[in-house]
Parts: sequence; structure tokens; C-alpha cells
Amino acid sequence: MTGTVAPLDVSGTSATTRTASVAFTGTGTLVRFGLRRDRVRMSVWLLALTLGTLATAAEYKALYATPEERAAAVGSMDSPAALAMTGPRHYLSDYTAGAMLGHQLLGFMAVLVGLMSVLIVTRHTRDEEETGRAELVRSTVVGHHAQLASALLLAAVANLALALLLALGLTAMGIDGIGPGGALLYGFTHAAIGLVFAGTAAVTAQITAHTRGASGMALAAIGVAYVLRASGDVGNDALSWLSPIGWIQRTYVFVDDRWWPLALCLGLAALTAAYGFVLSTRRDVGAGLRAARLGRRTASDALTRPFGFALRLHRGTLLGFGAGLCLMGVMYGSILGEAADMVKDVEQVQEALARIGGSTVAESFATMVMVVVAVVAAVYVVMAALRPRAEESAGRAEPLLATGLSRNRWLGSHVAVALAGGTALLVLAGLGFGLAGAASAGDGGLVLDLVGAAVAYAPALWVTVGVAVLLFGWFPRAGALAWIVPVYAFLVGYLGPILQLPDWMKNLSPFGHVPQLPAAGMDWPPLLALTAVAAGLILLGLMGFRRRDLETK
Amino acid sequence: MKKAITVAGLHKSFGRTHALAGLDLAVEAGEVHGFLGPNGAGKSTTIRILLGLLRADSGGAQLLGKDPWKDAVELHRRLAYVPGDVELWPGLTGGEAIDLLAKLRGGLDRRRRDELIERFDLDPVKKGRAYSKGNRQKVAIVAALASDAELLLLDEPTAGLDPLMEVVFQDVILQAKAAGKTVLLSSHILAQVEKLCDRVSIVRRGRTVQSGTLGEMRHLTRTTVEAETERPATGLDAMPGVHGLRVTDRRVNFAVDGAHLDAAIRRLGEFGIRSLTSHPPTLEELMLRHYGDELASGGRTGKNDPASSGAADTLDAAAPSTGGKGGVAR
Repeated sequence: MTGTVAPLDVSGTSATTRTASVAFTGTGTLVRFGLRRDRVRMSVWLLALTLGTLATAAEYKALYATPEERAAAVGSMDSPAALAMTGPRHYLSDYTAGAMLGHQLLGFMAVLVGLMSVLIVTRHTRDEEETGRAELVRSTVVGHHAQLASALLLAAVANLALALLLALGLTAMGIDGIGPGGALLYGFTHAAIGLVFAGTAAVTAQITAHTRGASGMALAAIGVAYVLRASGDVGNDALSWLSPIGWIQRTYVFVDDRWWPLALCLGLAALTAAYGFVLSTRRDVGAGLRAARLGRRTASDALTRPFGFALRLHRGTLLGFGAGLCLMGVMYGSILGEAADMVKDVEQVQEALARIGGSTVAESFATMVMVVVAVVAAVYVVMAALRPRAEESAGRAEPLLATGLSRNRWLGSHVAVALAGGTALLVLAGLGFGLAGAASAGDGGLVLDLVGAAVAYAPALWVTVGVAVLLFGWFPRAGALAWIVPVYAFLVGYLGPILQLPDWMKNLSPFGHVPQLPAAGMDWPPLLALTAVAAGLILLGLMGFRRRDLETK
Repeated sequence: MKKAITVAGLHKSFGRTHALAGLDLAVEAGEVHGFLGPNGAGKSTTIRILLGLLRADSGGAQLLGKDPWKDAVELHRRLAYVPGDVELWPGLTGGEAIDLLAKLRGGLDRRRRDELIERFDLDPVKKGRAYSKGNRQKVAIVAALASDAELLLLDEPTAGLDPLMEVVFQDVILQAKAAGKTVLLSSHILAQVEKLCDRVSIVRRGRTVQSGTLGEMRHLTRTTVEAETERPATGLDAMPGVHGLRVTDRRVNFAVDGAHLDAAIRRLGEFGIRSLTSHPPTLEELMLRHYGDELASGGRTGKNDPASSGAADTLDAAAPSTGGKGGVAR
């Protein structure tokens, strides 16, 4: 793998440059090797992100062809709920198809590009160390910074490729309001935000010894950046300036075409990446910065019961999501009061509200927040419900199922944690949102309303669990398909109103059947039906698992 | 004696790979049974079928008189299992994993657990991710032996253990045997099998090629004989069961089938024996007899399907050259 690395020329270089270059020896080879490993994965990411953008641009062109239609779009966007989900209001001043991309799509794409970059970096750093492959690689002629450097370079390659693909694709479409200069900037906003989160991952990959922990921390940073910009765009603009996602949205691409906010991103990316290199010198290969702690000599009573054991395995993820969702609820809740005050042009807002079906500005805003809360909880639920699959592939299910623990009880305990955990997350998010919202809007009755609105999504979460369990029971290798449920729910819930998707597309998602509380009224039958579907799917999944071979290493 | 494990004509395929092609196995209650064969011969697959983790395509398997698939949970309370490649939960300590596995099995003898941890020199407060392969293996061994199971299914249990721990392991297994437990021990360590096992079964490409006590197997295989006689020995080449005869002046060197050993030695006696050494076949030689052709052809080709290897079932089938065997015996 490192065959191309030339032996060091000791005579010609000074001692300092030598140590510096030695630390990066083999980086080029590792980058090429990484590109080879990721050729399919990376291509899929780049194609999906590019095609998604181009398809949205085409939709905008078709939906908002006339100035009147664009004015109507401005009207529907000029509400706190819409701004929290999209971007700063300044885009509305010249709402062309290009401005719509910058306003509505950019923030959403920033999250996805960030996700791609984080996964690339952790996959080529922490995951390599955790699986022990790094040890093998590092024992060859490879410098101690080479793996992190090559991971960051891989992320840079992917992000630059995405920038160019977007710039070329958008220019080639020749849509009114999407010029070549703007398209180029639009592409590079993606590269800039991708590099920021690659740098973040370079830091988190040093802190913990686990890939999931490293990715999780970096994803939490993306979440914080998103919530900061959402709060800033609705309320105090300064909050948005704390968020790199806010920075790229403030290029006002296709409106003002400012390039300088990208310099902020590059600066932050360089700083975090450099910090990652510094941190990596303070730890051993395979270890995190936090030393491994010793634990208990014997197991507690709870741990030796199936449910207690499953809960212990899920504990970290559940606590992380709980803290994140609660925080998200509090942040959205704290701007609920401002949202109600934002009404300027009463007539237009009423029109927009009629489309969402809400009765007040605050209620329609709350309804939108619930969609996001439910999707985040669904992400947790899929992770939790696929945990048995991870245990099985890792070979850790085998010794357990060779004891007096039946397959039903083993799988059932994980399912129970997923069902209860998902519901608890909704309660937490609803509580955070309700308490902060009640404080900011001065209406104590909101607490119960908003908790109820969040919990109404529980049956849809249970169906999501059911889908994952069904796949695990009958088609274990296709378990990852369960991710389609939250991704589809997000696309339909987020882009649905913007792209005016037909109702049947909404109805394909379990989340599409949940009553839109608090804007709409309570509706029991769909919730009961969803619960019954969830129970059916779970029972079927258990049945399949009882009948199949356990996959062993 | 009662049978603890009965397996007859077991078949199991994974896609196009035939892992088991009619495997037979009989383990008496109270014995330590060696389960031998190279990687990929089907040992782990058999054990996983016995555990009800995999379902056989056809053939019968009985464990303690029950069906391993249908009565899995009930059976699991009476048996303990040590896999060859133990994976632990990264966030749980070794002590927690031992308690978890033993209690889920139905009971934990705390005194025995602590004693075993002591004997295997295991640090129970470390987290799973901090253990080396050998220490992970120890966790599974302690968990298996700390509960009072009547049947132990051990799949290469000492892979990764150091020689000192190997001694402790053998001692512990002999204790278990003395306590009347049944053990199925899949292993590559022939010395371990020779020391512990009452009977062995040798598997190859998914079927059993030989089964019996080591004594029986030795009797049925060739013994190497080296002798010096007063007069040059003649006529041995005409005797049945004598192979690879080399006579140089008064020294004679040959291998003889167990059934013809007596006649060959009598014949030698007629020429006045001055010195005589004979080596019974080692387990390694017994194994090589069944796998020697694979070594000679440069490894398992996979073309040789189980049906054609059936020839090895007959013990007098063409054995590898005695030159190779002699090399091992010297």
C-alpha cells in the first residue's frame, strides 16, 4: 500500500522540515486508496446531492414561472414557521428561482453535505482505529498525521467535486435567475460548509475511541448550527452569525452574490482541522483523549435481565438524542413568542396560514416544529431498532442466544427499548418546547398542548420500529432500508409544502397520517390504525426471526 | 451409556457452499469428545446447529434427548457454550459479561466464578474493548464454567490463550469431567485432545471420516517399526499390511497396519532382533492420513466434493507415503 513512498533523503533536508514531512509520509497513497475504497459510496452521495438540487431547481422553474406566482411564494414564506425551516428573510427581496434555492434548499443541503463530510472523516480515521486496521496501516511507512490528513483530503475532494458538479449542472440548466456566477458561488457554499464539518469531525474523532461517538458529536454540532440559524433567522440575527450554516446563507447567493462569508468557513475549517492534528499527538493509536475507565466487578441485577441489558446498550444513544431534542425544543420554544409578534402583513400571512391549516401564527409554527421533532426521533428509533442487527453482525448475539434467553425475549427487549425510548424522546422535546414556549408566549396552557402534539407522533414512530423489525426478521441484510422511513418523512414533510407534492405522496409515510396538532384538531382513528399496523409489523418480524438462521461470523 | 449428542446425516448449505454433507456424531454422556478437522471442515456449523442458532437442511440431531431447534431455550439452560472467537460488549466489563451470560443461562455459582477468575488470572473490571483476544476467550470460558451446566460445547476454546492458561484450562476440563459433565471439544491443539479426550471424531469437508477412541484408531492405523537384526531380514515385502519397506544390510525400516503388527514382529524375530523401536501413530499422523492428499496437492482445491472424498472412509485406503510419515515419527 505504501510501496510508492520513497525512502527518506536524510542528507538534503533540514531537521525540522524532515520531521514535518515524515509525519505526513504516505498521505498521497492513503488518499488514492481511500478514493478506491469509497468510489461507489462517494459517487452515490455526489449524484444524489447534485440531482436533488437540479430537480428542485427545475421544480421552482415550473411552479413559479410568473412574477405573480413568485409574489405568492414570498407571501407564503414570510412567516416565522417558514423562515425557521428555510433561511434569512433578505432572500425574499428578489425571489427568483435562484434566490429560492439559496433560501429554501441551502440550509437543508448544508446538513446533508455536513453529514457526508463527517461520515467520510470518521470512516477513514476513527473507524479504522476502532477496527484495528489502522494499526496494520500505521505499522508500514506511514507518518502519524497521514491518516487524518488523507481523511480530510478525501472530504475536500468530495466537497470540491460537489461544488463543481452543482455549478456546472445549474449553469447548464439555464434557468432565469440562475446565472453562472451565482451557480459557481452556490456550488462553493456547499464545499465551504462541508469543509467546516469535516474539520469538526477531525476534532471529535480524537476525543472518543468510538466511531459512533465521534460521528454523533459531529452530527450534534451540525444540529446546533442548524438550530442557531433557525432561531437567528426568526428572531435575533446575531444568533445566525454564530452558525456556519448561517454564514453560507448570508452569501445571499443569486441575490447579492457575496463571496466573503465563505472565508469565515475556510478559516473555521482550517482552525478545527489544525486542532484535530494537535489533539491527535496527545493520544495513542486506538485510544481516545478520555482514558478508558474501569468498571464494576460484578453485574447489577438490572443488567442481567434482558430489558435492563438492552437499555444499557441503548443508554448512550438515548441520552444523546434526549439532550439534543430537549435543547432543540427549548430553542424553538423560546422564539415562539417572537413568532407570534412577527405578523406584519396580516393579509398575506392569513393566506399562508390557510394553506397550512393553522389557526394562529404560533400554532402553525409549532406544527412545523413537531414535524422536525418527529423526524429526529424517527432517526433514533431506526438506530435503536437496527441495533439487534448490529449485535448479530458483530457476533455478540451468538453467546446470548446460546443461553436460556429466547429469541423472542432478546429481540423483544430491544424493540421495547426502541418503542419506549422513541416515545420518551417525544415527551422530552414536547416538554422543552412547551415550557420554553409557554414562557416566551406567556401562556401556561401551551405546555400540555405541545407535549400532546409531540406524543401524537408516537404511533408513527412505532410503525417505523415495525418496519425495521420486519426487515430484521425476514431480510436481515436489507435492514438499512428502514432508513427510508425517516428520510422519506423528512423529504415529504420538509419539501412537500414547498414543492406542493400531491397528497398520496404524503400518505405513503406513516407520519403523513398523524393529525397536525396543535394547528389541526385531534383525530384518533388514524393513530389507532397506525398502532395496529405497528403491532402487526413487529409480530411478523419476531416470527421471521424465530424461523431464520442466526448470521454468524 | 446414554448418548448426550446424536447427529446423523446432517446437511447444511450456505448458498452454494455445502458446509455439512451428511455429518454423523455420537457423544456419550460423561465423556470428553474431541472434534477434529481443519478450518472450514464444518465443526463450528455443527456446534451452531446443536445450539439451535442454525437450522439443519436435513438429517437428525438430538441433544440430551431433545431437538436442538425446537427445544433450544430449555436445552440452553442445561448447556454452556464457548465460541472460538469471543466478541464482548465494548462498554461492559468482563465481570459484568460473565454475570450476564451465566445468569441468563439460569444460574451463577459466585464462589466458583471468583475462583475461576483467580485461576485464569483475569481482570474483571476492565471494559470489553480493552481485552486482548486471549482475555476475551477467558471471559467466555469463566462464564461457561461458572454455571452448573451438564453439557459443555467448546469451539476452539483456547485459541489465543498462552501455554500457562492452556494448562489451567486442561485442568478445569478434567475437573468438569470428574464431576460427570459431558464435553464436546472442537480443537486444533492435538496435544490438548490427546490429553483430555476419551474419544475423537475427525471431520473433513462436512462429513465424519473417522470416529473412535485413540486406542482404536491407533490399532487401525500403521505403526512405524525400525529394527536391527542379526541376519538380513527377508520375506517381509511379501507379507500383507507391510508398507514402505527399506532393508539396508541388517537394518530394516517399515510401516505396518495394526492388524498385521503381530505377524510382522514374529517374522522379524526369526532373524534375531538386536534392537527394536516402534512408534504408534501420533494424532498428528492420524490427521495427516486423512488430509495428507490435500497437503500433497497444495491445499484444498474445493473441486473435490464430499462425495468423492468418501473413499477416505475405508481405513485401508491409500495412505500418504510412508516417507512423509517416517519424517513425523523420527
